[in-house]
Amino acid sequence: MMDFINFYLIPGITLGSIYALGAVGVSMIFGILRFAHFAHGDLMTVGAYFALSAVWLLGIPALAAIPIAMALTCLVALFADRAFYKPLRQLPTIYTVIASFGVALIFRSVIQLLWGTESQVYSVGFQKPIVLFDSLRIATRHIQIIAATAVITVALNWFLHHTQMGKTMRAVSDDPALASVAGLDPEKTIRWTWIIGAGLAAIAGVFVGLDTDVHTMMGWNLLLPMFAAALLGGIGKPLGAIAGGLIIGIAEEICTYPILGESLISPSYKSAVAFVIMLLILIFRPRGLFKGRLL
Amino acid sequence: MSNKILDVQNLTAGYGKQAIIENINTNVSDQQIVVIVGPNGAGKSTLLKSVFGLNNRMDGDITFHGQSIFTAKTSELVPMGISAVPQSHNVFPTLTVEENLDVGTFAAPPQDKKATKSKILDLFPDLKDKLGQQAGELSGGQRQMVAVGRALMSEPKLILLDEPTAGLSPAYLEVIFDLLLQVRDSGVAILMVEQNAKQALRIADYAYVLVNGKNAYEGTGAKLLQDDEVRKSFLGGGAPQ
Amino acid sequence: MELSGMLFYLVSFLIMGGIYSVICLALNMQWGFGGLFNAGIAGFYAVGAYSAAIITSANSANHVGGFDLPIVVGLIVAGILSGIVGWAIARICVRLKADYLAMASIGIAEIIRLAVINEEWLTNGSLGVSRIPRPLEDFFTGRESELVFFIFVWIIVAITFWVAHRLYKSPWGRVMRAIRDNEAAAESVGKDVQSFRIQSFVIGAIFMGVAGALSAHYFKFFSPDATEPLLITFLAWVMLIAGGSGNNKGAVAGALIIWAIWSMTEIITQQLPPDWATRSSYIRMLLIGLFLQFVLQRFRAGLFPEKAPKLNVKSHG
Repeated sequence: MMDFINFYLIPGITLGSIYALGAVGVSMIFGILRFAHFAHGDLMTVGAYFALSAVWLLGIPALAAIPIAMALTCLVALFADRAFYKPLRQLPTIYTVIASFGVALIFRSVIQLLWGTESQVYSVGFQKPIVLFDSLRIATRHIQIIAATAVITVALNWFLHHTQMGKTMRAVSDDPALASVAGLDPEKTIRWTWIIGAGLAAIAGVFVGLDTDVHTMMGWNLLLPMFAAALLGGIGKPLGAIAGGLIIGIAEEICTYPILGESLISPSYKSAVAFVIMLLILIFRPRGLFKGRLL
Repeated sequence: MSNKILDVQNLTAGYGKQAIIENINTNVSDQQIVVIVGPNGAGKSTLLKSVFGLNNRMDGDITFHGQSIFTAKTSELVPMGISAVPQSHNVFPTLTVEENLDVGTFAAPPQDKKATKSKILDLFPDLKDKLGQQAGELSGGQRQMVAVGRALMSEPKLILLDEPTAGLSPAYLEVIFDLLLQVRDSGVAILMVEQNAKQALRIADYAYVLVNGKNAYEGTGAKLLQDDEVRKSFLGGGAPQ
Repeated sequence: MELSGMLFYLVSFLIMGGIYSVICLALNMQWGFGGLFNAGIAGFYAVGAYSAAIITSANSANHVGGFDLPIVVGLIVAGILSGIVGWAIARICVRLKADYLAMASIGIAEIIRLAVINEEWLTNGSLGVSRIPRPLEDFFTGRESELVFFIFVWIIVAITFWVAHRLYKSPWGRVMRAIRDNEAAAESVGKDVQSFRIQSFVIGAIFMGVAGALSAHYFKFFSPDATEPLLITFLAWVMLIAGGSGNNKGAVAGALIIWAIWSMTEIITQQLPPDWATRSSYIRMLLIGLFLQFVLQRFRAGLFPEKAPKLNVKSHG
């Protein structure tokens, strides 16, 4: 049982937290800008590499580099919106999806040009896990990631329900036509959507780097589970996306747990779990678990 | 009824390049309920939408308090003192009733938000114990109240209503019309499109009949109710009540 | 028969250009006609390539088969299997907004990639399938076999073009294209149109599988590296949009022109100093990414704009 918690459940929650932070942005962008943002994974990678440079140049720990990474990633996202997405805003949104597909490639190739393609780590050396109650072992980085995600969830919940911009975003996500009748400014709402989405993507990217390593494909590889998490939580439901991310992260780990001596699926098929969940959601509950929008 | 606040002059408007209404003239004065009636497809909603900048205004002029709003965008109209309530999808379904009302203040914050809200809740007492409920869960009539309430939160001088009684039971129709009279008496002018012409004309201070995108008849509500031609063509005949 | 170096280069260029033309025509059936966004072209391509490889290669101890069957059988099976995958995914997603299909198709490509790498009994894992035959190999060798293959590929291009053209001209094809760019209308369409959309997605998937099979025969060896999503999926999209989505001639022209540009950039970047040469592929990707944005914003109709049938579909009441 302790093995299950130490080696499957806690890593699952950690992984789920990372998915969750990425999925919030995917869900909000889908809800407000009305398109599936294919460059969101690579936006995470951008954040992870900004943090890497901050760690190298300033000699600070990766966690301290997060604010810098968030700020720069937000600028990158706002620039991409201005240069590549805004000119297509009046067209059917599928054109923006195609553009974001290209933006993903642009992000990745610029990273490969500037930072190279070798895997990097924020810090070398082995962190001793913390042992609680004699047998519960948690790696420090897992505690950090899980705790930070919990704090962000609470803060996001507060923002969405108690600030004018938060309510505006929920209103636009509910009904963009009515929001414009009510005089809400769509471009300002879109700007804030990118700021939050990109900020959280940067955090998620740094967390991936903390948990494993930093490489140029890291974000693209997480796109599928993030999409699945956003769909599971319901489009336009950021808190649902967090729940969706956790469910998928935990499910991926649990499916590889040897229940009866043999694991449910081979670990190399972990990312198939997200895909299967996505298909089940699309077939049976396209609005997700928390009654999101069906666009 | 002298203080004219909205003046639509020779308006031609439509969607894309296709004109739906032509040379329309409509006035609304201070604290008036003005009703637009007419057969389906006459361009009633189009008129309302073009006042609010939701479609393509092609020719003519629209002034509000003497100032032209012919080229004004929707987002500029709310701060100027015009609010609109669409026919359907007029509440934010996953926001609570209170949040729906709050959204009404974002584009044009009222002097005293709390006072405005309690004034509106006095108009719609039904909503008082539903403030925390999601607007999408309410009944049709209550949703209509939330929608009108939201529009009133920015303390407008004029609200545009697109068929406020569409889909409501006849019993509720009376309730909504009664509320609209109260809204008018609280100092807000109303320009509305109505399918239930007979009942609407009864509360109308002035009314226009639109046919095929053009002005056909106009006059006070009472006058149109008496008019034989109008009664025969648009009110399903019968004697005036 | 002696071919000069230049001509030989042209032949190999036209072979790859032909394979991309098949992919582009297939994508045009899905996107250009049906408005269905497929972000997982590489997956269908891989299904086709591996099916053909396993069916036509000589018996091997490293993977299932090979069955040493004729190339035509391989092509047919490649198309059928790829079509089945396409049918399954289209069934689920076709009633939803195009974005959902895009997400699901990324997923299907990822799962296929995982299976190809991990199921060694089937595909020999990352080592790949080798000894895949080319048509009429017993009679022609070397550069001549290349020429034969060139003819073979372009026969397939012609067949694909004919099928795409038939779809385009069919009554349903007209309706589909008319409502494609109108989301409100597309959402309100009935079951019949949905089944036509599934049909065009499946036919597109079949030809993507066939294109994969062609490349397996061309390279005579197929490993997971050859299904790099970027080169297949992304280039195909750039080709179709630059060529003119909805127009079959545009699809072929886009495939050839973009493949020419892509090949030329390779020649140019090979001349760079060594420490830049390693980065050249990233520069090429960056340029193609920017090129797509340019095409989307300034050149959306493409080289051969579609002459869309005008159908009066209103999006408002």
